[in-house]
Amino acid sequence: MMEYIYDMIIIGGGPAGYTAALYASRAGLDTLVVERMSAGGQMALTGDIDNYPGFDEGVDGFTLGMKMQQGAERFGAKTKYAEVTGVDLSDKIKRVKTSSEELLAKTVVIATGANPRELDISDEQQLIGRGVHYCAHCDGRFYRDKTVVVVGGGNSAAADALYLSRLVKKVYLVHRRDTLRATKIYHEPLFQAQNVEFVWNSVVEEFITDDRVVGVKVKNLVDKKTGEIACNGVFISIGRMPVTAFLNNAVEIDKNGYIVADESTRTNIDGIYAVGDVRTKALRQVVTAVADGAVAVHYAEEYLAHFSD
Amino acid sequence: MSVLKVTKNNFDEVKNSEKTVLLDFYADWCGPCRMVSPIVDEIAEEYPQYLVAKINVDDEPELAESFSVTTIPTLVVMKGGKVVSQSSGARPKEQILNMLEG
Repeated sequence: MMEYIYDMIIIGGGPAGYTAALYASRAGLDTLVVERMSAGGQMALTGDIDNYPGFDEGVDGFTLGMKMQQGAERFGAKTKYAEVTGVDLSDKIKRVKTSSEELLAKTVVIATGANPRELDISDEQQLIGRGVHYCAHCDGRFYRDKTVVVVGGGNSAAADALYLSRLVKKVYLVHRRDTLRATKIYHEPLFQAQNVEFVWNSVVEEFITDDRVVGVKVKNLVDKKTGEIACNGVFISIGRMPVTAFLNNAVEIDKNGYIVADESTRTNIDGIYAVGDVRTKALRQVVTAVADGAVAVHYAEEYLAHFSD
Repeated sequence: MSVLKVTKNNFDEVKNSEKTVLLDFYADWCGPCRMVSPIVDEIAEEYPQYLVAKINVDDEPELAESFSVTTIPTLVVMKGGKVVSQSSGARPKEQILNMLEG
């Protein structure tokens, strides 16, 4: 039996992936999206999106994700729910492997986005749900009147610390530098908050546990001294990690794990495109992700026009 | 099978169930919960051998606390009234089925 060959397989069903699917299926390409869990990606985890144009009262990310999926499926794009475990991009027909099958395509669009970056210290994985958290908005409420540590100094850490300060008894903000990287808009309310204490120049080295988290060991990077902070929970907000490990360096990846591609979204392999947050780019937003999706299909169509040459 | 909406008043149905139980602790406003919810619905539909139940942590804080839930979604598998596995955060369907079969 001949194996089925798609014109395009898109790995990841966030805004970039489903925009590529919309443009590709609308252009008549036989298109499959392979999504690990459900549509929307990181966007689906965002309550209110105020900076995606066309929604004068904002839009919730989950709904927008579902709409992007339906918009693409309207023109015939299909979705398969599976986790991609590996790829083989060495031949003209590309192979995309999931835990249960191997899928074939003439072009592949990588739209796997990013996940929260982990501290990468021992027991972190095991303590998720027992004091280690990556989503202040989801889990903050369980720490009413308790003490929490927020790790990080960027916008999301500042927003998390501010949000938590309104719920919990005390917030320690542990940051490796001596000043916030977060934009100014966060500084004033955070410095005003009575129950936020800054722990500058410091990193969390270890979780102190008693079945669940009861504190953290913190090291000061300047005087090298270590100390302990007693707390009930730790919210980690130290940025994002692009999801590229499954590629096993089949395309060029930079030192931070992002796929190297310019605004054309073309990678170093013909017929392979990187779109959205997984690509090297200046601004990671829903609007730039969807733009990538459209651009990738433009170049893929060009590539497919000469496919059998 | 439809999904059982659990409150503290009908929790005995879960505790005394002869079937393996999948519990989904969630809140309406939680993004990852909304991603998992349709997957849990699908499992209820496709696997009648399981009792699939959802607990809204806003409405049932005592139940959430009795399972030490501090992350949502939290998925719990129970057999014979006892917790056999508990996992925090959104999970793909395959992993949830593995929890149920494990």
